Order: sequence, then C-alpha cells, then structure tokens
Amino acid sequence: MATSVFDRRLNFSFSSSTQSPPPAEGFMPGVSESRFIKNTSEDALNNRELLEFGVLDGETKKMNLFQSINDAMRITLATDETAVIFGEDVAFGGVFRCTLGLTEIFGRDRVFNTPLTEQGIVGFAIGMASMGHTAIAEIQFADYIYPAFDQIVNEAAKYRYRSGGIFNVGGLLIRAPCSAVGHGGHYHSQSPEGYFAHTPGIKIVIPRSPLQAKGLLLASIRDRNPIIFLEPKILYRAAVEYVPMGDYELPLGKAEILKSGKDVTVVGYGSQIYVLENAIRMAEKKISGLSCELIDLRTILPWDVDTVVKSVNKTGRLVIAHEAPQTSGFAAEIATTITENCFLRLESPIQRVCGWDTPFPLVFEKFYVPDVIRCFDAIKEVIEF
Amino acid sequence: MSFRLSSLVRKTSCIPLTNSLINLTKTTKTIRTTSWLTSRKFATVTTSEPIKYKLPESSFKAYECEPPSLDIEFTKEEIINMYRDMVLIRRMETTADGLYKSKLIKGFCHLCTGQEAACVGIEAAITRDDAIITAYRCHGYTMTRGAHPRNIFAELTGKVTGVSKGKGGSMHMFAKNFYGGNGIVGTDNATFILYGDGAANQGQVFEAYNMAKLWDLPAIFVCENNLYGMGTSASRSSASTEYYKRAGYIPGIQINGMDVLAVKQGSKWAKDWTSSGKGPIVIELVTYRYGGHSMSDPGTTYRTREEIKHMRSTNDPITGLRLRILDLELLTETELKQIEKDVRSIIDKAAQDAQNDPIPDDSELYTDVYAKGSEIPIIRGREREEFRVFSNQ
Repeated sequence: MATSVFDRRLNFSFSSSTQSPPPAEGFMPGVSESRFIKNTSEDALNNRELLEFGVLDGETKKMNLFQSINDAMRITLATDETAVIFGEDVAFGGVFRCTLGLTEIFGRDRVFNTPLTEQGIVGFAIGMASMGHTAIAEIQFADYIYPAFDQIVNEAAKYRYRSGGIFNVGGLLIRAPCSAVGHGGHYHSQSPEGYFAHTPGIKIVIPRSPLQAKGLLLASIRDRNPIIFLEPKILYRAAVEYVPMGDYELPLGKAEILKSGKDVTVVGYGSQIYVLENAIRMAEKKISGLSCELIDLRTILPWDVDTVVKSVNKTGRLVIAHEAPQTSGFAAEIATTITENCFLRLESPIQRVCGWDTPFPLVFEKFYVPDVIRCFDAIKEVIEF
Repeated sequence: MSFRLSSLVRKTSCIPLTNSLINLTKTTKTIRTTSWLTSRKFATVTTSEPIKYKLPESSFKAYECEPPSLDIEFTKEEIINMYRDMVLIRRMETTADGLYKSKLIKGFCHLCTGQEAACVGIEAAITRDDAIITAYRCHGYTMTRGAHPRNIFAELTGKVTGVSKGKGGSMHMFAKNFYGGNGIVGTDNATFILYGDGAANQGQVFEAYNMAKLWDLPAIFVCENNLYGMGTSASRSSASTEYYKRAGYIPGIQINGMDVLAVKQGSKWAKDWTSSGKGPIVIELVTYRYGGHSMSDPGTTYRTREEIKHMRSTNDPITGLRLRILDLELLTETELKQIEKDVRSIIDKAAQDAQNDPIPDDSELYTDVYAKGSEIPIIRGREREEFRVFSNQ
C-alpha cells in the first residue's frame, strides 16, 4: 500500500521492514478491562435499547471501533441506494480502515476519494445532500475540519431555515476522528465539539465503544439533519467488544447512565468515559462509602438535559470532564444549565476537568489531558467541599 | 444503484462551487412561488419566424476554446420577453430601493440594477430543469427562476409570503432549482454556479474548479464581474482580472454581460459544452452595478459619478435592447412604453400586496431549524412561557 496521507502528515518513516510504525490509533490501556465493554455476546444483547430492532435473537461478532463503523456504513450502502461515501483516501479503506472493503462491494461510484480539500469535501456533500442523497463525508482528522467551518456553520446548519424549508441537507453526515491518541500533537489530537455545539441546525454525536458507535452512526445517518459524528480515534483498535450483526439504531439526544450512584454525578463522553471509570474506581476505593453515578452523554447537541438534571438532583454534586480546553468548552454549557436547574440541590461548586487552555502539546500530552488523577481530584473536591 | 459518477458526467449536471453538486434526482419539493413568468403572455406579441442577427465582434473572448458564434437567431416573442423581464427587474430594484429608504426593508439589501442582462440572458438559454446557485445579489435571479415580485418584496420586508417565509431577506432567496443566495456560490442539471469578482479570490472557488475538472463534472462557473468587489476595484484585489482564464486548466469565455443577447448566446454555448461531455467551463460576464454594494454604500467613494453616468448612458442593457427592438422594428416606441407602463403597475401592485401581507407567525422562529419530528427538545425564549418544547422527544 502506498504511504497514506496520515503517514505523510505525521512524517513517519518506514526505514526497514523489521521496524513497524506505531499504530496511528495509539494505545489506551484499560479499555479492554472496562466494565462497559461488552465482553460476551449475552452481555452485548442485554440491552433494552435494542429491543425494537429485532437483533436480540441474531448473531453478534467481536469488533473493534473501526470495524463496527465500517459495518454501519456497509449496512447503509446496502439499504440506502442514495448513499455515497467520500473523503481523502477512503476508497482504499481510509487511514483508519473505517471504509475497508466497501469499494470492492459497492464500487467506486459510491465510495470514492477526494482531493485534500476539506472545504470542498463538505461543500460537495452539502450539494449532494441538497439533491436528496445520503452523503457521508469523511474528514480525515477532526483537526482538519476547520477549513470546512464556513460550509458547516453557514451553509449546512442553516440550509433548511434560510430557505424557509424549501431545501435541506438532512442526508448529510460528516465523520471525523477526534481526540488524543498518545502522539498526535497539535493537529491530530483536538476535540472540536464545542465549536459546533454553538450552531443550531446541526447535531453532534460522539460514541464510546463499537456497539455504541454502530447504533449511533446508523441513527445519525438516518436522522434528517446534518450531523457531525466524532470518533475518538484512540478507540479504533483499543475498544473491542461484541456487536450485534443486524441493523439497529441507538437514540440520539439520549444519555446513558453507565453506573448508578448516590453521591456524585460524573459526566463525560467518548474515550473520556474510560478515564472517568477508573477515576471513580479510585475514588470509591479511597473514600469510604462513596458512590458515584457515571453518565455518558453520547449526543453533545442536543444533549440530554433531563438525565443529568435528574441525576444531580439526586446526588447534589457534579463533575464534568472533556479533553477540549476548559474555557468555553462544552462543560461550561452543562455546568450553567445544571446551576440553573439544580441550584438549591447543589452541595458544592460544579467541577470541570478539561484540557488546559493551550494548544494540544505533543510532549506534554499526558499532562494536558484530564487524566485519572485529575478526575479523581475533582470528585474528591466536590465531596470535601 | 442510482448513482454513477461516470454516467453523471454525460448529463448536464453540476457541482457547487463549494456548495453544490450532482443533480441526480430531481427535487420534488413543492415550491410556494408560482412560475408566473413562464405562463405570462403578451397580448401584442405573437410567436413569429426566427430573426437572424449578428452580435458585435466584441461580444466574446475565448480562452483555450473556440468562442461562441456571433450569428444568432431569436423570435420576436423571445426578445420582447427578455426586454420585459429586464424592465421588471429594474423596476423591482428601483422600488426596493424606495422601500428601503422609507424603512420598510430593514437590514441588508443588495440591488442588481445595471446587471439585469446576466440573469435574464442565462435564464433564456436554459430550462427549468437546469439549476442555478448564485451569491447574494440574487433578486433578479429569484424572479427569472419563477418567483413573483410580490414574494420577493415580501421576503425583503419580512412577510410570511416571502420566498423564504421572511426569514432570509435580501441575501437568502430560493425557488425550484434555484439554490440561491449562498455565501459565495453556486449547483446542477446544467448547473450555473455564480460568484462575483470579489468572491473569485476565495480559495473555495479553486477547490471547486479542481474537483469539477478532476471529475469532469458538467459545471458552468459564472463569474459576474461588476468591476468592484464591494468597495474595491477588481484590479486592486485580483492579480489577474481576466476571470475567464483563472481556472487555468478549465477553458473559459468572457461575455459582454451588458448585452442580454450575448449572455444568452454564451450561456447556451456553455450548456452545449458541458452537455457534450467536455467537462466544466468558466464564464466571465463583464457587467456593472449602478448602485452601491449594499444600501449602506453610496457607491461613489471608490469610483466617480462620471464613470457610473458613462456606463448608464453607453452600456445600459435595457437601453441597448430597446434600441435593437426599435432598429429591427419589432415594436414601436408606443408599444415599448406600454410594456414599461404594464411593468410599473405589476411591480407597484406587488410591492403594495407585500406590504399588506402579514408578518410570519412567532412559531416560525423555531420552525425549520431541524427536521420536523427530530427537533432538539427545547428552544429557549425570554421566559418559560416562551420556551418551545418539542413533543416528539
């Protein structure tokens, strides 16, 4: 295979066949031991959200995140003849292998490469969607979505509204790998959800695992609004679980309570969930009698206010964590809404555990991300206030 | 499989400048505006034998292609319709200018006075199945695409009968196969993708050129060069002002955009070009706007009054066509005056009707943000009673 765009951008060198490059997706220790990863078929199917889709009697298969995303797109291409997938290098599988094998099945007219032209890719996708297509555009890294910012915010998000409902781009979905990966540096690590959460007219979804990703992606593709689907790239290989083989959707705008608790509500999404799981484990071990509730937001816009409000009204304490910088990050919106709704129930100031207000630093990555210790500290803080 | 890129290329389809694309499936949306232009007929006009005519040598310049033929044919009915449409647009814009000055149009307002030959000439060359995407100066195109002036005035004045329910205003107008008022660009069956000389310097134009040529899409890029990008003249903003050459690897033609017959001939030639599978083409329409960029721009700080006066007296598209009609003895001075009088009453009535139309219901504020049935749970208002809670959640 020719050197991919990703390899070129990161300036990897392939000096000899004996030395294999580090995996682009990085490592995330601890994901495989997570209680939220479905390690058996029974575990995967023990899910009330799947009830209505008739997949509970069907088969499951062990998949990692890129395989489950691939599976969702394969189902889409097979069931929706207007669907097309395009982006940089997607025809041979994409740098993260998410579109692997789709060209062979569906042909180059439906799965095709574009130039390195992010604004053009999204503009092209908007045009196709406005003509009634299901247009799945891949932006190779969420860090490179910014050239398309105008197309997303001014064109896609406002298409329905500004045409008085004559036109829309409901079939538009933009996929982009996001978040820290261990060695990404400034331009391969960012989490841009906060920028787009400020934009009425679009929806934003971030899955935490293969099973979640497949259901959320299928729901997002079929939702008739433009959607940004951000995939935590560190999970592409790190997260492996049993995934139903059938066609199913998971609800948009609905958070999931992963662990019930009575003292502290902890909110996160994407790969941060696993950090929070470990922070909670540490806190519950160190603070006698402590019980934390963990919520995966799953959809950032519109986010599930009710579930979080209900939880905080029970616990009286809230910790929110995300990798993006703290100032004007999405945690600020959650904190404000919870303050408005739960003011008299709050026992302590809401804590935000986020990236620092700096560019994403290569050498300081472990220091920059809201790691287990920092999240643990925040839990301790709200308990001891 | 309905989608075949390769087969598309054969059809006149298109690409959005940055914003558009391939028109495979026809839109079946119901459009509120009626296609009143197509059905309008003139009592005094009857379909007649084609008239042969030779355009001036200066009508076209070509880049990497043979220019369109200067020999054209048209019927009396056709040329009179073109005249009437241009007069309609001129009168509509003049009236909009008045409505703005009497504070009935609020916000931005971009008039196309002086540039009427562009939209009328293109429309005369294409069919309703072809698509146009324009930039902000879109009032004329909105009308030639079939919207009634009443609905255009209503949009400008924020009425529910507006082409975008009053929520868009001057820069955001739409109609069937008219993906209009976009930030910068243009779309599809033959798709005309319009942008101004100012926007021609946007990087996204070149991204679209590249994809269109790479995939040989039947895209017709139209640079409407009115010599000024807002308040900066083309030569002060563009390293090359030969906009028809600027794609480099895509052939192009420059058209005298003040001559509606040349615009029609050039547009037809461009549509034939893309239909025959030669890939994209670039058109530059050299035109001139008499007014400022928008209403807040007097339009005289960066150019002289003499220049505007000179353009008006020597290059005006309406006067030019009027003289031809008289030269060819297609209509008499009296008949032309009657057309102008009829237009005046159509536009005056349209403006009056729009003023009498109601403003949109408050619910329009939160309608069409998301698809019906998949809205976000709550859209906030000033107080709880004003919150819009969507029941589908």
